[in-house]
Amino acid sequence: MIISLSKDVVIIQREQDVVLFRNRVKEFATKIKMGLVNQTKLITAASELVRNMIRYAEGGDISIEVVSKGRENGIRLTFKDTGPGIADIQLAMKDGYSTGKSLGLGLPGAKRLVNDFNITSEVNKGTVVTIIKWANG
Amino acid sequence: MDKIPILRMGPFLLVTIQVDLYDRLALNLEADLVQMVSKTGAKGVLIDISAVSIVDSFMGRIIGNIANMSRILDAETVVVGMQPAVAITLVELGLPLKGVYTALDVEKGMNLLRSKISLVEDEDVNEEDDNIPV
Repeated sequence: MIISLSKDVVIIQREQDVVLFRNRVKEFATKIKMGLVNQTKLITAASELVRNMIRYAEGGDISIEVVSKGRENGIRLTFKDTGPGIADIQLAMKDGYSTGKSLGLGLPGAKRLVNDFNITSEVNKGTVVTIIKWANG
Repeated sequence: MDKIPILRMGPFLLVTIQVDLYDRLALNLEADLVQMVSKTGAKGVLIDISAVSIVDSFMGRIIGNIANMSRILDAETVVVGMQPAVAITLVELGLPLKGVYTALDVEKGMNLLRSKISLVEDEDVNEEDDNIPV
């Protein structure tokens, strides 16, 4: 059972908002005493996801939460956009696949960097990605 | 608009990234740096990322691009000062920065660049020697 302890929402509209968002995640991660390597992995994964949001969906909003499961504390990030959605999630999760001109590492790479990764998407409605990184995970 | 300064030191260009990179800033750096290599005829580019706490796939790709573009313009690129956490993250992300020279700090990076240049010069000299008819 995962309990949410505190929550903040960041709205992303421009590229520069990314820096602010990364700093907010860092604040939250520092608060629960997440180690530097895990912080870096979490923020890097977040950075990949927020780029997708700006590139494909013209922004959206992200909730940052401190969550707890038993004795473990962690950070949960929920990326919500109302963009074009992803038709084939399985394909999008494959290394090297991209509809833009990128390396196609964003989604699969982000999944490797966190403990929990969940994506749901509906074409022409939008995409929701949720990730969790435990402080000691 | 933010801009990352590029310093010239002899045959080298030095870049110290002191701010958090976002995509546009990284793209501008790529363009500026390649312009500068072409304009100054620099033989080496040293990029210090010791103050950079996040390198994701996009920025990693830009670093790789800079190295490749510089090589085509006859300059070597060395990336120095990567934080251990960034190195761990890059490899897990699946971006091992192939074809980019790295060094632990600026001093070692400069030595590496110098040795690359002198190596190339030595080879040139040898080739000339070979061409002398006996």
